Amino acid sequence: MDIDVKKVAMLSRIRLTEEEAAELGPQLSSIIGYVEQLSKIDTDGVAPTAHPHDAAMPLRANVVTNTNRRDELQACAPKTESGLYVVPKVIE
Amino acid sequence: MPFSSLSDIQDRLNSGQTTAVEVAQLYLDRIAAFNDTLNAFVHIDPTHVLAQAEASDAYRAKHEARPLEGLPIAVKDIFCTQDGPTQCCSNILKDFHAPYDAQVITRLKEAGAVLVGKTNMDEFAMGSSNETSAFGACRNPWDTERIPGGSSGGSAAAVAAALTPAALGTDTGGSIRQPAAVTGITGLKPTYGRVSRRGIIAFASSLDQAGPMTRTVRDTAMITAAISGHDSRDATSVADAPEVDWLAACDAQDMKGLKIGRPKEYFVDGMDAEVRASVETALKKCEELGAEIIDISLPHTEAAVAAYYVIAPSEASANLSRYDSVRFGHRCENPEDLLDMYTRSRDEGFGSEVKRRILTGAFALSSGYYDAYYLKAQQVRTLIQQDFIQAFEEVDVIATPTSPIPAFKLGEKTDDPLTMYLSDIFTIAVNLAGLPGLSQPCGFASNLPVGLQWIGPAWREDIVLSAAAAYEGATDWSNKAPATFGGES
Repeated sequence: MDIDVKKVAMLSRIRLTEEEAAELGPQLSSIIGYVEQLSKIDTDGVAPTAHPHDAAMPLRANVVTNTNRRDELQACAPKTESGLYVVPKVIE
Repeated sequence: MPFSSLSDIQDRLNSGQTTAVEVAQLYLDRIAAFNDTLNAFVHIDPTHVLAQAEASDAYRAKHEARPLEGLPIAVKDIFCTQDGPTQCCSNILKDFHAPYDAQVITRLKEAGAVLVGKTNMDEFAMGSSNETSAFGACRNPWDTERIPGGSSGGSAAAVAAALTPAALGTDTGGSIRQPAAVTGITGLKPTYGRVSRRGIIAFASSLDQAGPMTRTVRDTAMITAAISGHDSRDATSVADAPEVDWLAACDAQDMKGLKIGRPKEYFVDGMDAEVRASVETALKKCEELGAEIIDISLPHTEAAVAAYYVIAPSEASANLSRYDSVRFGHRCENPEDLLDMYTRSRDEGFGSEVKRRILTGAFALSSGYYDAYYLKAQQVRTLIQQDFIQAFEEVDVIATPTSPIPAFKLGEKTDDPLTMYLSDIFTIAVNLAGLPGLSQPCGFASNLPVGLQWIGPAWREDIVLSAAAAYEGATDWSNKAPATFGGES
């Protein structure tokens, strides 16, 4: 199968150089070609598995348990100002 | 001493023959001597290691020793630790310092362990050879031209060469068991939901599980006892998991009447003949010890790799979307706009295997393809799980080779991603079904270690440990260590 690598890369928010795209295209096709063997398996009426033990999402009381650690948590951010994350301007 | 088991070191600490500081220094000296050759550790802070050891000796002087008191344990670079960097061997997390400890790290500290450092791994745990690490490949102590397996290759190499007596790894499709097998050590992937995933950098959330890599079966039990248990802050941690008496399971060591399943799909053409022979010999040994070997079939085995390479990349593409260079991680220089910032930062930060998986996952989840790939793979996952459930109606435990081949050479499989993926053919189904799996050494193929894999029913690590301990007690494979690093081969 031919895969539109550029489109998938944009969905993934990864810029690919022409070289990378040229290499990844055939590799993705070969991986997808391999997994296509799944289509030969009869799965009519088989429920999909999302969690290996079919466990339900647990609930907890809606109470705050965290303390305010903004400074520590923002210490690993590329750019902050006055406690806010800074990114390039989105709206002119 | 360097090749001693954790429990031997514990005995010596308990009897006062040595101290945690002496033990830590011994391994720090070995790391200083051998890490340049192996590249097993990507971060080590000797001062901090010795400080922890001193604190442990001081604790022991005043209190009763905790379960892992003074014992050195290295951890894969995937575990968040407040001390030192946590980089997942990726440039996108270069110099990242985690603001909190992973739950298993907290548990190791509470048990008195001395954390030795961060071990090398495939970038984001995506790989079977440790060659995708942004910090360079790690080498196999049995032959430094060969891979140590992956993704927990650094942990495996470090234990095999006795740079640490034990390490933690994570296992999404075999990343504890396959490296353990090809480096001749023991590794346990517990049942999914047994060990908290909080603070472990996520790859594929429905498959990832942390576990120990050690010299002996008992050592895996000691560590799993300390790190397992419900964590309310990890939604996939199972609250009412049946408990295991970890050490008692290792002491049981009785194979009489044990029904061992031998799945025909795991003994196939194309696998290494010496690997196959070693595992067959191991099964004969089990028979001598009183076990009954029963031929079984797990008919959907062949589909496991295909299902895995839809499910794992799909979950990875979702998990790795968090690396947006806003809250943490690498940001490109002078982004033109927001989109340029996202796309260029991610291009620069991720290595090629990680990109390959993100793209595979994004494709499988994309509009028009979801049903054909992701949903289909999850249905096949159900069938794989049912295969095991049916098998366990007939047998107590399943034994297979861990890897179809011994350690291959560095660079041998890097050109063809698909061939690399097939090296996990015997470990992947266990993750899809969420079962416990253990690999232990059972011989050599071309002078390279071979692993025997035990697979148990969900939550029955006790059966796996008991069988593995019995086999270990009746053979000498776990005592073998690479001569180049001072071991007895």
